[in-house]
Amino acid sequence: MTEPLYITASCSIAGNIVAKDNKLLFANKGIAAQPFLVSVYEHFAFNYPRFYKMDNLCKLGWLAAEILLDQSFDKAQYQAGDVGLLVANRSASLDTDIRYFETVKTMASPALFVYTLPNIVLGEICIRHQFKGENDFFIFDNFEAGFMQYYTAHLFATGALQAGICGWLEIMDNRAAACLWLVEKKETPNAILFTEENIHHIYQTTHG
Amino acid sequence: MTDLKRQIVEQLNLQHVKAEDIGDDQPLFVEGLGLDSIDALELIVLLQQQYNIKLNNAEDGPKVFQTVRTMADYIKSQQS
Repeated sequence: MTEPLYITASCSIAGNIVAKDNKLLFANKGIAAQPFLVSVYEHFAFNYPRFYKMDNLCKLGWLAAEILLDQSFDKAQYQAGDVGLLVANRSASLDTDIRYFETVKTMASPALFVYTLPNIVLGEICIRHQFKGENDFFIFDNFEAGFMQYYTAHLFATGALQAGICGWLEIMDNRAAACLWLVEKKETPNAILFTEENIHHIYQTTHG
Repeated sequence: MTDLKRQIVEQLNLQHVKAEDIGDDQPLFVEGLGLDSIDALELIVLLQQQYNIKLNNAEDGPKVFQTVRTMADYIKSQQS
């Protein structure tokens, strides 16, 4: 029988609201995605100057991962190669691709060019936390809870992962939406079973 | 050099740095301002956009981009 997996924490950033485990942490309504993300960074008093250089998708993912893992993840329990990331979205890196294309008309920006792939956000999170496990970024028209559950469980079953940061990171048309959850084998007091229904519920709570 | 510092902050999107806090002789890379290789490319773009100067020899980069002062000296040398 397959060992059960648990969602031990979740974080959402959507509609200019930041929540963790369904608890509201911060809201800053009525501003565009870019200043909102900077306001989140400043609100939580993070100190990571590289943040300012990131594109919006990376800022969003970096913030969501930072809030997700804070006080919820004991990194010391895992080897660097045991922790992986499985993330999906709809628009890939199009938000930055368009900005980069604008610079190409005059002088191409190297700083923007390096962010014209969606999986760069995973690299930024891995650099921050020194994770070296499996990294996958999928592009779907819509959120696929079933696929995310199946693929993550498969990686755990084959021993490729001992902990996973999974979810949805989407930014386009000045709207940012992140929903990340932490999957582990251990059951913690507030953990819920890692099932398609529970993933769907977490996602709907954010995007419903 | 004040204008150059402001341009560096703007071009490199250094929102956490105030132009006036950058020392004339402060190293721009690694232990100084902490710039990286992508920033070096952005500095080359800055020279071209703002001063119409092309850095033809990439090997000159480390010397030119050592500090704000070395950059300013290079710009002056290319303009004269």
